[in-house]
Amino acid sequence: MLQSRRRIRYALAGSAVATAVIASAQAQQPAAPAAAPVKLGIVSFLTGPAASPFGIPGRNGAEIVIEAFNSGKAPPPFDKVGLGGAKIEAKFVDEAGSAANVVTEYRNLVQRDQVDAVIGYVSSGSCLAVTPVAEELKALTVLYDCGTPRIFEEKARTYVFRVSPHATMDNVAAARYLLAKKKNLTSYSGLNQNYAWGQDSWRDFVGAMKALAPTVEADKVLFPKLFAGEYGAEVSTLLTSKSQALHTSFYDGDLEAFVYQEQTRGLDKRMTMIMTTGEAAIWRLRDKLPDGTIIGGRGANGPLAADTPINKWFQKIYTDRYNIPPTYPAYQMAQSLLGLKLAYEKAAKPGVKPTADEVAAAFKGIEFEGPAGHVKMALGDGHQGITETAYGIYRFNKQSREPEIVDIVRYPAECVNPPAGVDADKWIEEGMKGAKCN
Amino acid sequence: MSGRGQLVGGLMFLFATAAAPLLPDWIVSLATVALANALVVLGLVVLWRAGLVSFGQAIYYCIGAYAVALTARWTGFRDAFALVVIGGVAAGLVAALIGFLLARYREIFFAMLSLALSMILYGVLVKTESLGSTDGFSVATPTFLGFAPHRDTLGLSLYWLTLGVDAVCAVLISAYYRSVAGALAAPIRDNEIRVEFLGVSVASVVHAKVVISGVLGGLGGALAALTIGHVDPNMSYWTTSGSFVFVTILAGASSVAAAFVGSLAYEAVRSFAFDLMPQLWQMTLGSVLLLTILFLPNGLGSLVSRVKRREEAKS
Amino acid sequence: MLTSFAILTDGLVYAAYLFIVAIGLTLIFGVMKILNVAHGSFYAFGAYGAATAVGIYANADWPAALGFLFMLVLAMTIGLVMGIILERGLLRQVYGKDEVITVLVTYATFLILEDVIVLLWGPQSYAAYQPMVSAGNIEIGGLVLSNYDILLVAIAAALALLAYWSLKFTRYGWLLTTVIFDRETAAAFGVNVTLIYTVTFIIGAMLGALGGAVMAPKIAVTLGIGVEVIVLAFAVVAIGGMGSIEGALVGALIVGICRAAAVHLVPQLELFVIYGVMALVLVVRPYGLFVRAQPRKI
Repeated sequence: MLQSRRRIRYALAGSAVATAVIASAQAQQPAAPAAAPVKLGIVSFLTGPAASPFGIPGRNGAEIVIEAFNSGKAPPPFDKVGLGGAKIEAKFVDEAGSAANVVTEYRNLVQRDQVDAVIGYVSSGSCLAVTPVAEELKALTVLYDCGTPRIFEEKARTYVFRVSPHATMDNVAAARYLLAKKKNLTSYSGLNQNYAWGQDSWRDFVGAMKALAPTVEADKVLFPKLFAGEYGAEVSTLLTSKSQALHTSFYDGDLEAFVYQEQTRGLDKRMTMIMTTGEAAIWRLRDKLPDGTIIGGRGANGPLAADTPINKWFQKIYTDRYNIPPTYPAYQMAQSLLGLKLAYEKAAKPGVKPTADEVAAAFKGIEFEGPAGHVKMALGDGHQGITETAYGIYRFNKQSREPEIVDIVRYPAECVNPPAGVDADKWIEEGMKGAKCN
Repeated sequence: MSGRGQLVGGLMFLFATAAAPLLPDWIVSLATVALANALVVLGLVVLWRAGLVSFGQAIYYCIGAYAVALTARWTGFRDAFALVVIGGVAAGLVAALIGFLLARYREIFFAMLSLALSMILYGVLVKTESLGSTDGFSVATPTFLGFAPHRDTLGLSLYWLTLGVDAVCAVLISAYYRSVAGALAAPIRDNEIRVEFLGVSVASVVHAKVVISGVLGGLGGALAALTIGHVDPNMSYWTTSGSFVFVTILAGASSVAAAFVGSLAYEAVRSFAFDLMPQLWQMTLGSVLLLTILFLPNGLGSLVSRVKRREEAKS
Repeated sequence: MLTSFAILTDGLVYAAYLFIVAIGLTLIFGVMKILNVAHGSFYAFGAYGAATAVGIYANADWPAALGFLFMLVLAMTIGLVMGIILERGLLRQVYGKDEVITVLVTYATFLILEDVIVLLWGPQSYAAYQPMVSAGNIEIGGLVLSNYDILLVAIAAALALLAYWSLKFTRYGWLLTTVIFDRETAAAFGVNVTLIYTVTFIIGAMLGALGGAVMAPKIAVTLGIGVEVIVLAFAVVAIGGMGSIEGALVGALIVGICRAAAVHLVPQLELFVIYGVMALVLVVRPYGLFVRAQPRKI
């Protein structure tokens, strides 16, 4: 009696596993294609705390832009169907997990699922881990959000591209804007998360401030744990500081928690806050974000973007589908896909699918207009893009009950990005020589 | 391992070695990572048999990985065999040192103290901006006794290296289980005081086990570093330790092979969950594992033991 | 002078946070010897439940105090329901087995519940700041403090007193103490250990959810908030001693003040504080601060 019950259990378990295996095998077999479709792997955070601010907007941006490509409804010169006439099939993969997991999933995309290109990665750690593998497998890869300049500074790359500018320009522009708007600045403090992103952001900001205004000093330098959520001690420390400005590269969850907590204690009345990635949070914080906060968006994204037709198009299709305006990760994904499409179509000969080498050769050094402005693949031997950036001041419009960014200053790409062939860190250390600002 | 067990193990090893070139690359690299992690799990099983669970085993994994990465980076020395040994030795030395402290603790306190130590290493690495902080840095491509394999065969070479190290460790650990120190694991778990009364120094036996698990963890980390090609402080984070503990309990303590089978199964299920349900993979993974626990409460290794017992009952 | 005062207040607030989060865990751990990884899920569900509650009452324009109470009640109800489902449905199956198996079950449960949150509330983050903002602030000794933080400290103190009183003066508390001390002997004396287990687990779940609810107005309620809380709670339990409420309180205070001191004076050490304190305490007192005299079993 006991034996048969156990056998039933085993049988059930076995059939469940078998069904699942068969189902997944089916899921991987592509449907009979009309013209052979192009497969793209899109990787971003779909779970965990980085999903809501970066991973999901990136994923949504990919989804809506790919749909527009496939229906041929994107504005010229992006109006060909799919990529060079072949429809795009997208596979969305979660970036979560250790570097080992990320690399394993990357290999799965390229070798098991045989995608034609991979676009993704929010975390700089993921980007650094995946890049050598991309080069090893000769797989076309476009990094869309990660900020570290190291990718193209450490080694020359052939198959890896990044249309979105790296994070150096965020903090250099922040320093310039702050000094332009607060002429009587004597001291500033910093609140950044204690990991590579926060450390790099602070280092770049301090370096830029030293180069532009050597007499202004850094007072409190705070590095709370990533995703700490509770910043009471940090707020108290800042309340005891004499600084007039606070630099933070905090984003979404941590940023929101900090804003709620500091506002209750009136910190923003004592010092102006500079949020280098604040643009991603304005639609959620709304009237809770203090007026007068200096906002950056990792480029001229969202409300910082110029009012061009292509920007209007992107905002419309995104907002119509997802009921919230696109934030900078969505813009970065859109720009990455636009760049890939241009390169692909430049390399394609009629009726023949271009190889990864051909697309890579076409991608090098291209320039185009995207929703976030003019992109030039100028650094990293044509693999790293630069765009202009913009900073502004946040205001919550009480009549329309909508967030706005006013007092926008645009910084040309060559003003806030290092020149070709110069490492970003060194460029800042040596006083940002060769910056072409107007 | 009985003679029969050794035969089966040897056959499985031969099969795994020969099958690799026929399998697609992505399966080979997935298996390599799983087999590297299996060494860490084996170390945890050694400790678990004595009743100790470490929530900080990732410290040795991380040390092994960073030892390899830093040696390649600072000295340019890239021989895979030597690097793996360096990884194991480095982790073993640290294990010997902190083992003096850890050997005095049991149960949750052993777990938490080991966790604390691994998180302290994590903190130190995060603060070290010259090593890239949380971004980590990449590991140079290894050579094999002077021979630099072509890109196509690099994956296979690493797989065979990992398999080889696994086999050596499996043989050594089963020999250890049959030795006096290994056999003392169960008595120590059941009743330490009696073992002390027998005249054995429990603290030294536990210390030895900590060192063994440390060396295994370091070897696993070294192989993982070579395979993934990237090291970062997250390798010392408590969630990494947690996933090793998870696989350990999944695999069970009954046989040496269980660690390898369990690790491969976990990696396969995880990858499968990512593929099938990209936004709900945690639930998929959790459900599969929950079902495994309910059906196989003594871990996957107990499947082997059950077969053995049924055979013995028949004869 | 201002800095010392700030360190004290910040330490108290952080200690209150740790204590509220850890008390449920130390109770479950002390009584049932189960390291409940799903405690992070109770916390997360409490926080999400609170965010939903705040959404409801903020739109309906209730007075702040009533809304706050509603938020707490809803969260604790969620904890109650979850505790019953988990204990009855899952843990009962694995009671006799190895303790480590039970940890595995709670870990698998935690993974599943993380995605249940996504299914119920979606991947976006929620805000529940209304209680904190409406509580306002107060200036003491040159430092502006949030009234909500002061309320948190009061809640933690009240919980500590309630726990102390229940353990010392109620029948359930005495039974609990005997089971913590020696389960087998208690069972031999006719104590219904299974019932105690169930009630304790449910109380632990409610306390975990309460922790999430009171913290929700301060933080952004987003995916993954349960994860960090687990290790913090474990650390406090390890420092304080298994099953010791006083231990959790003292452990929370030590970590809170040390961390506040680190942030103000030596910010580079902030990352190490909780683990450093744990390592130091365990080196000096291998069984945690408040260890019960254990009978030696030969």
